[in-house]
Amino acid sequence: MEIRLENLTKVFTDKNGRETRAVDDLTITIPSGKLVGLLGPSGCGKSTTLFMIAGLFKPSGGKIYFGNDDVTRLAPEKRGIGLVFQNYALYPHMTVRQNIMFPLENLNIGRAEATTLVEDMAELVGIGDQLDKKPSQLSGGQQQRVAIARALVKKPRVLLLDEPLSNLDARLRLQTREEIKRIQRETGITTIFVTHDQEEAMSISDKMVVLDFGVQQQMAIPQEMYTKPDNLFVAKFLGNPPINILEGKIENGKIIIGDNVVIGAKDVKDGIYDLGIRPEDFKFDINGFKVDTNDIDHTGRDTMIRFPMGDVIVRALVDSDSVYGKNSIKLSVKKDKIHIFEKETGHVVL
Amino acid sequence: MKDFKQKLRDFLWRARNTIHFSSVRTTEFFQRHHLGFITRWPGWLKAIFYLAPALTLLAIFTFYPIFNSFLISFYTGYNIQTGEFDGYTFLGNYAVVLQHANFKQAVLNTAIIVFVSVPITIIVGLLIAVALNAVKPLKSFYQTIFFLPYVTNTIAIGLVFAFIFSGNTNTIANPVGLGLANQVITLFGGKPIAWVATGATYWSAMTVILAYSVWNGLAFKIIVFLAGIQGIDKQYYQAAQIDGASRSKSFTRITVPLISPMIFYILITSVIGSFKTYSSVVAIINREGLITTGAQGSINLKTIVFYIYDYIGGAALNGVMSYASAAAIILFAIILVFTVIQLQVGKRRVHY
Repeated sequence: MEIRLENLTKVFTDKNGRETRAVDDLTITIPSGKLVGLLGPSGCGKSTTLFMIAGLFKPSGGKIYFGNDDVTRLAPEKRGIGLVFQNYALYPHMTVRQNIMFPLENLNIGRAEATTLVEDMAELVGIGDQLDKKPSQLSGGQQQRVAIARALVKKPRVLLLDEPLSNLDARLRLQTREEIKRIQRETGITTIFVTHDQEEAMSISDKMVVLDFGVQQQMAIPQEMYTKPDNLFVAKFLGNPPINILEGKIENGKIIIGDNVVIGAKDVKDGIYDLGIRPEDFKFDINGFKVDTNDIDHTGRDTMIRFPMGDVIVRALVDSDSVYGKNSIKLSVKKDKIHIFEKETGHVVL
Repeated sequence: MKDFKQKLRDFLWRARNTIHFSSVRTTEFFQRHHLGFITRWPGWLKAIFYLAPALTLLAIFTFYPIFNSFLISFYTGYNIQTGEFDGYTFLGNYAVVLQHANFKQAVLNTAIIVFVSVPITIIVGLLIAVALNAVKPLKSFYQTIFFLPYVTNTIAIGLVFAFIFSGNTNTIANPVGLGLANQVITLFGGKPIAWVATGATYWSAMTVILAYSVWNGLAFKIIVFLAGIQGIDKQYYQAAQIDGASRSKSFTRITVPLISPMIFYILITSVIGSFKTYSSVVAIINREGLITTGAQGSINLKTIVFYIYDYIGGAALNGVMSYASAAAIILFAIILVFTVIQLQVGKRRVHY
């Protein structure tokens, strides 16, 4: 089921009449059968978007299509969606079986059939032996699976996940991440999930959408978004350690930082630009610029060097061997790895 | 205003300091007078020390009377002034009370009040609480309105009810100055009824008592239920909505189970409270609990507590106090049985 959002807008008005545009003119197409991550910092409108797709929030403007059906005005229960809440919202007074059964109770399905559906679904998410426990007796990861099973049992057209991993510890997070990916593959259901964790989004999504202040910044497959950010925000938001942003100028196709350090070449109009260089895109080079190695962190395979470049302190991630025991080394930037952004708009210059 | 606020703040500051200094001085006093050991008492001993005043009063005015009335119920010819008695009887007093026609009537009256008014108040209270939780504009205004009976005097409400249900054989025949209830009945073309005055029937009077009990107990139940409902995470309702549950279904499957501890608490306390009904009958009928209907005799609306008070009223006669005690112990046993049953049911039905 392809999902199309057209000019979707949500404006919240508080008691004093102040307006907040949580989602602003969002137009995206989510391809059928894919796992798509909505990524952005806190308060960027990603959960609002999810809740609008779910039907829990009424959009202030714009349209939502599932395939060719306009579902903008449709009640949540008629949209055929499954939603997993951030804190799972499992009914605490019901057993796991009753929790998963609950959506089926509202669907006019025979009891025998419902029971088999519940058991199949519990088997799929791997909680087949926990069916008679209460949610409070389960671990966080198991509760998460129950929530997914409850969302999937009625065979929805779309599965929506709100921060699915944020309540799990680091180890479980990795495991559940793979689990979600597996379940999505096995069911082939179009899935949208919301997260503020870039690593999580990059590792499981087929496609990623980055939002900021309710405005779409970029939509691409994860690796492409990392290597070819559309604008300064996306470049800054993705990557850990974060990208280095420094001011530089271009003269006659040469990229210059500070007064005279030439770090690369690009055929762009002369002027002042914001330059983005990822820490791992520095390399050891005998012809490069000289860098003191007195501010370094050894992290095993790689070494982080901090050094001044232009007006800012830059981080570079280089091979530990090339730094070890030296007072200074020479670095250069890998070819075509300098991202050039317009000063005013922040758009990337190609 | 600002000046006043500043003064208030200064005052609070000084008050707090005074309290602090005085507590320091108290400790010093204890230590100077070789009472410092009290501060080194173990926790449970200190707790008993602090509880002692309340425990003493409870022991004198509650525990001793309970124990004593248990003993008195086994005496014969007990004199309340001298405390002398002729001897013991095992169940004699109980047999007298249980065979008394008025006691049977009192048990029946009380049972009707308990088993009709308690379920109605709980259901109506729950529905009102849900409705109050759903309204958006003027929310606190409506809440205040529904909480008002809680802060209103029982007898005052009783008087208002007496006016609403006023009307006796004479005023009905000559429909002037009828109560609101009768006015509404005549408005719809019905015949006015003598609710609680001369010419009333058992059921008309009982209806008024039940209506009064429901109304009187409603406010507190609404407060408790509303607090419970407001404590439910909204996401459960969102989840239920996505799962396709209707409004009524999410009420029965989510709201009710999630506030079941409150419902259970209200159920137990109001069953106990209703078994002890006394003042509502006084407020609606009269201090006798009887409606005299001329030649036919009277309609008896006494509850069990009424029956006990009647005996206490006649306790100047030797041995009568033992009947009152026996009746009180019987009431205690009835309440105990019902509470134990409810607790057993609650173990399986209530989700904490």
